[in-house]
Amino acid sequence: MNLICAEKLDKTYRAGDVDVHAVQSVDFVIEPASFVAFVGPSGSGKSTVLNMIGCLDRPTSGTLTVMGTDVSTLDRNASARFRGQNIGFIFQDFNLIPVLTAYENIEYPLIMVQEWPAAARAKRITELLAAVGMSDQAHKRPDQLSGGQKQRVAVARALVANTKLVLADEPTANLDHDSAYRIIGLMKKMRDEFGTTFVFSTHDPKIMREAELTYALEDGRLQLGTGGNHV
Amino acid sequence: MSKVLNLAARNLLRYRRRTALTSLLIIIGVMAVLLFVAITGSFKNLMVGQITDSFVGHMQVHRRGYVASIESLPLNLNMPPALADRVRKALSATPAVEAVAPRVKFGAMFSNFTETTSVRVNGIEPTEEAAVAPLLAARQSSGKKGGPLLERGEMLVPDLVARGLQVKAGDTIVLVATNRDGSVNGKTFLIRGTLESATGPGGRDGYVHIEDARELLRLQQPEITEFAVRVRNVENVEKVADAFITATSNIQNKEGRPAIEVHPWQKLSPFANIASMIDVMTISIKIMLVAIVLVAVMNVMVMAVYERIREIGAISAIGTPPSRILWLFLTEGLLMGIVGTLAGAILSVVAIYGLRAAQLTYNFGQQQGLVLMPVLSPWDALVVSLMVIAVSVLASLQPAWTASRMDPITALRHV
Repeated sequence: MNLICAEKLDKTYRAGDVDVHAVQSVDFVIEPASFVAFVGPSGSGKSTVLNMIGCLDRPTSGTLTVMGTDVSTLDRNASARFRGQNIGFIFQDFNLIPVLTAYENIEYPLIMVQEWPAAARAKRITELLAAVGMSDQAHKRPDQLSGGQKQRVAVARALVANTKLVLADEPTANLDHDSAYRIIGLMKKMRDEFGTTFVFSTHDPKIMREAELTYALEDGRLQLGTGGNHV
Repeated sequence: MSKVLNLAARNLLRYRRRTALTSLLIIIGVMAVLLFVAITGSFKNLMVGQITDSFVGHMQVHRRGYVASIESLPLNLNMPPALADRVRKALSATPAVEAVAPRVKFGAMFSNFTETTSVRVNGIEPTEEAAVAPLLAARQSSGKKGGPLLERGEMLVPDLVARGLQVKAGDTIVLVATNRDGSVNGKTFLIRGTLESATGPGGRDGYVHIEDARELLRLQQPEITEFAVRVRNVENVEKVADAFITATSNIQNKEGRPAIEVHPWQKLSPFANIASMIDVMTISIKIMLVAIVLVAVMNVMVMAVYERIREIGAISAIGTPPSRILWLFLTEGLLMGIVGTLAGAILSVVAIYGLRAAQLTYNFGQQQGLVLMPVLSPWDALVVSLMVIAVSVLASLQPAWTASRMDPITALRHV
């Protein structure tokens, strides 16, 4: 069964008096435990596709099924619930909560989104801190961490609630090359370890080669011949 | 819940200076209100106590029409014995009434045999009067103290009259009064002592024994001008008065109308208006406090939301329910209100103890050297505290609502 299935996906929004077709008639499928990249230049629509998969935005037309749920029909609260239960997010700017330590940032979804008991939380966070190589930085706040370390914490936060899907919008854009490769490597490792599907966007040709499946977008349209397997 | 509190507290500490300034505003506001309530409240209670306990009583019962003509002290509106008996029985049967004192009030000429002045006089039954006006004895500034308030043939003279006519305790004076039929009668009295003036009507009256008053006025029967009444709980005096009016509605005059009228102290003393003004000022100060807290907290919370838009977008994106985001910001406002209120209340109590220890004095009217003894009732402190905390939460509502309804994509794109 496909994890994500999009058919004839359209997204049009209004900018002033002009209709902007951000995504036009896009079809794709993503299998469970895959490592997928949406690539393309700025404004090509890759973030819009990720936002729609992540229930942050609704398609104007077409169908989008994520883990068997037609996400285009979810209202604000149902979308939040669905995201909280099923999807992890990694952001370009890390977006960690500045007043919380690395440990507490990872713990956040288990308290504020799901409600895990304390013992289970501690076990899971310790496991993930070790998995992302941040055990010794657990009690530092984001302003005491490097960009790569912050993104490691963000990866752990995205995975902590046993999510089956992690969406990462330009996760390496704010990192140097070494850190970027390490983060992509870490994401792959997490996919292997936890069986989580990673879908990320990038415009970096070197990073896009790390994906096992690549969808290229230009002007909101999927380019012919993409969706190919690199590995 | 504890995690939300913890996170809210850390968010507040993120902007220490701003949070401290806002908390300071709340602290100053709470202190201003509590000190105002404590000082004016104690002043009000002191004055009300002085008025009711040293001469007026908590309420008074007169024959119908007397109070409208009270300036002329009309003898023809005294209660005849039969009416007075009915009224006394009705008062005795009222559980809320603690004590009753009959009075005969009249105007007289006061003479030291060389000079004369006019004076208002109360004829009292000393034991009953002491029960209704327990502070009357304390107003005696000179002369024989202790025992009954006065005995037959004695008079308590107001200080102002005593000074004006240069008489003192132990001197003999004469009172000359016009009787109901227009004839004049005089009677000598020994000055038992002098009385300090008190603020309000009757605060500069002299006192003689009720039997002497009747003798001077040549009253053939034991008439009574008024019953001064002390109730068990002065807070309820208006309700007691209303209930007594209803209970005595069967006591009627020849025209079939109620034969008596009942007035709580508020209707008899102009200080009631000052007390009402104090209450209005207290409400005004509280409204100002509400405005200060509302503006201060709302300003901080609006800024907090504006500065954390991307963070709100991120926590929203990872699935934090809108209701929890709402609670997070409301909790920040709540914490600020609680901290400011607690600190303000504690500092107010310290300031009140300081004022009490300082024993500051003030004058009011003829009363000199009143000691400022502010008292803060737990109820007032609780009401003000709850009000400030509620307003803090209310002020956070709009920013919190905005945060909870924020579109995650727009928020994440915010620069």
